[in-house]
Amino acid sequence: MKWTKRVVKHVIEGLFTLSGGVTSLAILLIVVFLFKEGTGLFSSPVLERGYTLCVNAANPVECLDARQIKQLFDGEITEWQEVGGKEGEIVLFRFEEVFSLYGEEELGEEYALLPRRLEEIVAKTPGIIAFLPDEYLPAGEEIVKRLVAGNISPAQFFGGGEWQPTAGPAPRFGVLPLILGTLWVSLFAIFLALVPGLGVAVYLAELADDRTRQWLKPMIELLAGIPSVVYGFFGLVVLVPLIQRVFDLPVGESALAGSVVLAIMALPTIITIAEDAMRGAPRALREASLALGATHWQTIYRVVIPCASSGITAAAVLGIGRAVGETMAVLMVTGNAAVMPRSLFEPVRTIPATIAAELGEAPAGGTHYQALFLLGCILFAITLVINLSAEVIATRKQGKGLGV
Amino acid sequence: MIETKNVDFYYAGFHALKDISIRMESRTVTALIGPSGCGKSTFLRLFNRMNDLIDDTRVSGECLIDGEDIYHKSVAVDELRKRVGMVFQKPNPFPKSIFENVAYGLRVNDVRDKSFIACRVEASLRAAALWEEVKDKLRKSAFALSGGQQQRLCIARALAVSPSVLLMDEPASALDPISTSKIEELIADLKRDYTIVIVTHNMQQAARVSDKTGFFMMGELVEFGDTRMIFSDPLKEQTRNYVTGRFG
Ligand SMILES: Nc1ncnc2c1ncn2[C@@H]1O[C@H](COP(=O)(O)OP(=O)(O)OP(=O)(O)O)[C@@H](O)[C@H]1O
Ligand SMILES: [Mg+2]
Repeated sequence: MKWTKRVVKHVIEGLFTLSGGVTSLAILLIVVFLFKEGTGLFSSPVLERGYTLCVNAANPVECLDARQIKQLFDGEITEWQEVGGKEGEIVLFRFEEVFSLYGEEELGEEYALLPRRLEEIVAKTPGIIAFLPDEYLPAGEEIVKRLVAGNISPAQFFGGGEWQPTAGPAPRFGVLPLILGTLWVSLFAIFLALVPGLGVAVYLAELADDRTRQWLKPMIELLAGIPSVVYGFFGLVVLVPLIQRVFDLPVGESALAGSVVLAIMALPTIITIAEDAMRGAPRALREASLALGATHWQTIYRVVIPCASSGITAAAVLGIGRAVGETMAVLMVTGNAAVMPRSLFEPVRTIPATIAAELGEAPAGGTHYQALFLLGCILFAITLVINLSAEVIATRKQGKGLGV
Repeated sequence: MIETKNVDFYYAGFHALKDISIRMESRTVTALIGPSGCGKSTFLRLFNRMNDLIDDTRVSGECLIDGEDIYHKSVAVDELRKRVGMVFQKPNPFPKSIFENVAYGLRVNDVRDKSFIACRVEASLRAAALWEEVKDKLRKSAFALSGGQQQRLCIARALAVSPSVLLMDEPASALDPISTSKIEELIADLKRDYTIVIVTHNMQQAARVSDKTGFFMMGELVEFGDTRMIFSDPLKEQTRNYVTGRFG
């Protein structure tokens, strides 16, 4: 009898250990997968996969960076001199144009003659820059020179100010606007949520009588369970038009709308954690304060709130954490323009919204796809830092930082 | 002078104090003794209205301090508590510096004058016989003090707002004998300026520090009189049994 019990105990313990191990392993694998997919970006070429930029062999220019390529094809750079070449106008040539220059027979069966024709075009235009698929690349090295475009560099990725993942011939993957957009919307959301959140927490912890608390607290916790699309929908239907009217904006979809929606969504987290922290303030200290003739309010702000300060900070930080990762609601109300956030009243785009909006149209394994994974990694890193700091703050020795 | 007339106290349905009438003169020490749960703390907390913090409690009868009914509607409770200081069973300093602990009562009183605060802090610490030990570390956390020092700090903190009454609920029960005797000496000193009411489970302590003693049982004040008399020749059999240790 005794040994069966022992065996059962061991088996159960083993199962628990196993499930714990499997879970940790799964999480680890997800993270590894995320980073593996993401960091592949830095070994991808600046140009769209399978394409090469070619110039006339007489052109001294050897390489161009992503920014120059973009400006060139946008018509912002028109002189070879501007990118370190000889004097002469830049002639842009896109692959499709070959079909309007040559007839079907001239290109041959199955486009067999296409590379030859392209070679002819490059040969007779000294100022040309041609964007060509590798498949049909002309062979003659002495006539056609391939430009070195290089790989996407971390500096371009993290420091770049433009996010144009589908721009041709060189898509731009600058995540700065997205990171800043995310932080901008989230931080302002917390700024908005903190005062009302703490107000409600103080009310619940200190002022409300038991009966009020008994129905109010579950209500607030219920708020945390509302799906974020619903918040997004509310934001879209109510907030966005309101903001547009109140601030007289061309469009209501803006960073402000995102912040307000996020603030509402972060409220339950902030309220619950801050309230718990305040109720955790030692009764003995409360009594000591009151017994010295402090009023209830004085006791709240001189004893209860300082005692709960680490809990309150943790509440704010976790609120930010929630806001940073929030996708749907933000996607619906911020307008999603991938530009550097300059004011609250302009559209911005956040990292999660970008991933959600673009992953569907990014071909698996492509550069864009990898860039989105790397965005996921960044998001992961941000939330990790936030959660760790919340942890550190919450476990900080109580009473520190209460003033002397 | 503290006086109660026919005071009854109820925790929701529980009748915790029954028809208590007592009179404690100014500048005396009154000890309250009795078995656990007999209502000593409840009685003590009547005088600074700490019982108000507990929901569903009710007081009837009269509770007078210097002739004023402290349960009258016109009495501001926070003002009352400045006149009636309290020291708790466990030392409960704020997580602040020693200086700020003592200054707390002044700060909540909107005293801004820095030199006045510094003066009061020193005077209170001296009165609580703690000054010499802490004068060089006033800015250090109060938690860095020993339990006995913390308790004297709490006494200093209570003294800083210049109360006339000091309520002490087993102030030495968490302390070692040396700290205890320091507190007892302190009480003997403070008696010159304050009316002191002290709850204690320690018979010798009650006998040593108090002028009068009240013996409580089951929410009733069984006997109240001169300490010497209570401990040598009480009127009631129950009192004799209790103080000689034959009960509880
Ligand atoms: N908050 C409360 N709610 C309900 N009943 C209470 C409450 N506080 C005390 N009581 C009851 O009132 C009675 C008196 O309690 P009190 O704390 O005054 O006793 P005491 O004499 O101080 O005991 P001790 O010596 O153990 O401190 C006890 O029976 C206790 O159970
Ligand atoms: Mg007690």
